[in-house]
Amino acid sequence: MRAGVLLFVLIAGSVLGGCAIKPIEPWVKPYERERLADPIMAFSRSSLAERHRDHVRDVREGARGATGVQGGGCGCN
Amino acid sequence: MAATDFWRRLGAFLGGLLAVGGARAVDLPGDSAEAMFHSYSGGGVTANGPALLVRKSVMDKVSLSASYYVDAVSNASIDVVTTASPYKERRNEYSLGADYVYRDSQITFGLNRSKEPDYTANRYSLDITQETFGGMTSVSLGFTRGSDEVGKHYSPEFADIATHWQYRVGLTQILTPRWIASANFEAISDDGYLGSPYRIARVFGAAVPERNPRTRSSRAMKFRVNGDLGSHDAMHVEYRYFWDNWAIKAHTLEGGYSRYFGDRWLADASLRYYRQGHALFYSDNAQAETTYVSRNRQLSTFDSIGLGGKVSYTWRKEPGKYEVKLNGSYEFVRFKYSDFTDIRTGSAYGFNANVLQLYVSATF
Repeated sequence: MRAGVLLFVLIAGSVLGGCAIKPIEPWVKPYERERLADPIMAFSRSSLAERHRDHVRDVREGARGATGVQGGGCGCN
Repeated sequence: MAATDFWRRLGAFLGGLLAVGGARAVDLPGDSAEAMFHSYSGGGVTANGPALLVRKSVMDKVSLSASYYVDAVSNASIDVVTTASPYKERRNEYSLGADYVYRDSQITFGLNRSKEPDYTANRYSLDITQETFGGMTSVSLGFTRGSDEVGKHYSPEFADIATHWQYRVGLTQILTPRWIASANFEAISDDGYLGSPYRIARVFGAAVPERNPRTRSSRAMKFRVNGDLGSHDAMHVEYRYFWDNWAIKAHTLEGGYSRYFGDRWLADASLRYYRQGHALFYSDNAQAETTYVSRNRQLSTFDSIGLGGKVSYTWRKEPGKYEVKLNGSYEFVRFKYSDFTDIRTGSAYGFNANVLQLYVSATF
């Protein structure tokens, strides 16, 4: 337990200590983001298709929200 | 002294985050158009129709979008065939949106109207996304306000309303040149008529109109990771946890794999598992008189498993000018209910559903 606390203090200290001297820099540079820009990596590729799938689920499942699809919604009794 | 030092260092860290975000500008969504035919069939219900979406930028500052969506529903679900007659109806949905970009921020305003013969829903939403930390992090905040008018066929004396408030916050973080993650949280509150004037509950075996609370409040959080696997392929995993004050708790777990075949074909496969517990006032056949009672399957204990596939083909392409893709997707879903009895057979209810999408998408 005491060793765990000591380890946490050491890690937290070194992380925050490092920040004071030099703020954390973005470690993935813009020229390294080619793969992330590929459509295969997109969170959503088609807004209509996402909305349809969301609607199909919304009217059948109790859960809702936090899908990342903006706005929308409809009355579905 | 130590505490002051801590805050100073934390301030330096956050200051660093903000400072490096200043140099990069957010891109406005590109001009695009989509035309889709969608279809759902399962459990005696079919819903299909066309959907259209057009997006066009104006003066490189604002991107305007408009969409039209039709659901032609034919309903002979278990609820309908055991208590009423099958019916057909049509739902039309219209949406307008405007995206505005200023430096590292994107502001999106949306309007949405959905209309069917006995239900009209209006929504407006505002979302703000801010890129920071050299474009590695983006933070979003959003709000939707909705108001519905609820009616009932052949019962002009029935008229009620429902209002909805949705608040969401999201974070997207680039982890490495190949991995990106997101976290989303959304709180939704409802007030008004939150059931169906047609639905029947069972109390001591007798059919009675359902009685739902007039307020509901829910929370959901989702985590997602996308990864590039290095051979023209990628994967994603996501998990959502949902809970509300009707005592429903739900878990959603989804995984997917995507792969290019040549430079024109892209295929996706996904598997989704969903599970929820029932609402406090849900009962298959209530054995006590309570203030609220419902036999709405959506509020029951059930799970579903969905297996989906999608194929995209780049039909026409002129680099830097336009691109036209043909897409098809299909998902098979199996629903299995634990505490909803098929009163025709006396056994637990379950059904299979097919979800199909065929669409053309173009960027120009």
